[in-house]
Amino acid sequence: MNIQNFPTFEAVFASAGVSACGVLLQILFALLAIILIMTFAGLSVVAERKVCAYMQGRYGPNRTAIPLVAAIPLVGNFLKKNGLMQLAADGLKFLFKEDPIPAHVRRLWYVAAPVMALAPVLVVAGLVPFGVWWGADGAAPVAACDIDLSLLAALAVSSLGVFASCMAGWSSNSKFPYLGAMRASAQVISFELCMGLSVLPVVLWISGSVQNPLSLFEIGMYQSGGWWFCLTQPVGAMIFLICLFAETNRLPFDMAESETDLVSGYHTEYGSFKFGLFFVGEYGHMAAGSALFVVLFLGGWNPLPGCEWPAAWGWVSSLLSVATFIVKIAAMLFFMIWVRWSLPRFRYDQVMRIGWKATLPLALANAVFYMCLASI
Amino acid sequence: MAIVVERKSLSLLERTYLPQIASGLWITLKNFFKPKVTLQYPDQRPVLPDGYRGAPTLVKDSFGREKCVSCQLCEFVCPSKAIKVTPGEIDPSGEYAFIEKAPRDFEIDMLRCIYCGLCEDACPEKAIVLQKEFSINADSRAKFVRHKEELYALGGVLPDKIMKWKKVRDTAELEGGR
Repeated sequence: MNIQNFPTFEAVFASAGVSACGVLLQILFALLAIILIMTFAGLSVVAERKVCAYMQGRYGPNRTAIPLVAAIPLVGNFLKKNGLMQLAADGLKFLFKEDPIPAHVRRLWYVAAPVMALAPVLVVAGLVPFGVWWGADGAAPVAACDIDLSLLAALAVSSLGVFASCMAGWSSNSKFPYLGAMRASAQVISFELCMGLSVLPVVLWISGSVQNPLSLFEIGMYQSGGWWFCLTQPVGAMIFLICLFAETNRLPFDMAESETDLVSGYHTEYGSFKFGLFFVGEYGHMAAGSALFVVLFLGGWNPLPGCEWPAAWGWVSSLLSVATFIVKIAAMLFFMIWVRWSLPRFRYDQVMRIGWKATLPLALANAVFYMCLASI
Repeated sequence: MAIVVERKSLSLLERTYLPQIASGLWITLKNFFKPKVTLQYPDQRPVLPDGYRGAPTLVKDSFGREKCVSCQLCEFVCPSKAIKVTPGEIDPSGEYAFIEKAPRDFEIDMLRCIYCGLCEDACPEKAIVLQKEFSINADSRAKFVRHKEELYALGGVLPDKIMKWKKVRDTAELEGGR
């Protein structure tokens, strides 16, 4: 058989009407998005423990060792000292624990809730462009799914996560989860509004100069080589950040879990792998939210304001852009952990007051201000 | 007289809560880089102060003589009944025959011991001394009971300046035997 007549992958896909390169890239980007978000979720659990320990004058987890891995000369010790093998131990613990379902729960919703906690996170991860791909036909986002309304879609889907807490709280058929779910839903509804309003000026600002102002990729590209939106719209960025903390149920807006007064909030009745899913979902939500914030306000994949990776470098530039994005998400996650271990939590009425009487009017005023500015 | 504390109303900047958050973050950041206070226990050992009350042990004097005369005061004083002394005779032909008694066995149950140090206080011969050992492990209850040999091995030598027994012996020799 003549090997030159053997059809290449490209030819096979081309005959099917699909650009092979495009499909492969799409699969690669999707995998990248899931791997990135899940890795971030896992690593931020370790980071949470390490950072809080360091802030409290402790070392944090530095003993767990996987026998063979720990024996590798330098790497093993590095992994052990930084608690990275603790991650495997925690994960395995969730996997192998007994998984009891209490007799008094609504089974279907009880089982569906943890899945619901993780699913929106992965969808958002697919929407966010993690970098820029310089192909033959110009710049393309490194995203699993590049749609024109990706900003709207991301905001809509990410707030679906609250259904997980509602389902868990209701189906658990128990007081504390119920209260936690009520608080979580009230909080998310209050802050969802402000979040949308704080993003509005960004969209308005670029609507004159780009084709799809609601596309995350276009918003990111707009900031390439120019000012970042956290510099031109500091108030909007601040409000978005506050809402991000509230949306992801992070301290100081720890209403859903309320460990101090509601045992463990909406997932009180959960254990083992189902709790693990909630846990991963929570940290994944943080990572996805950070990614949104980075794209919207922190210049996306650009290294510095007024500075970008040159398109002429091709794939090197693409790799650098993804790396920049990862570094920025990591910095954001550190910031979220840092805030958690610095501030006491708000009371429920304080959260509501901040949401409705401080953040919302400010977000409205901010939006009106930039509307006026944009129309001049 | 009652003093009315005037409460200053917060300024606008203070009411935004943002400067307070920033100062809080600054404090935690400073703590982040400070040296850690954790003692990494099995690798690092705590520096124990003198007078630390760890495991009680029996000691010998600089002549290698066992100081305990099995008076059993420690056994009586022990509040948790951890000590059990079995008194025995000293070989009448030996050098220390005039001391009359020594423990045949001396048991301390480390599971009962509360490290109060009353045995050390009660001992007229300074024969039982609390050492700095604090991590006592064994895999059976029987192994937690320390017997005479082990207690002497752990205790070592405590030089005795007074040497009551020597004075007794010298006086006895001056007076021409017992």
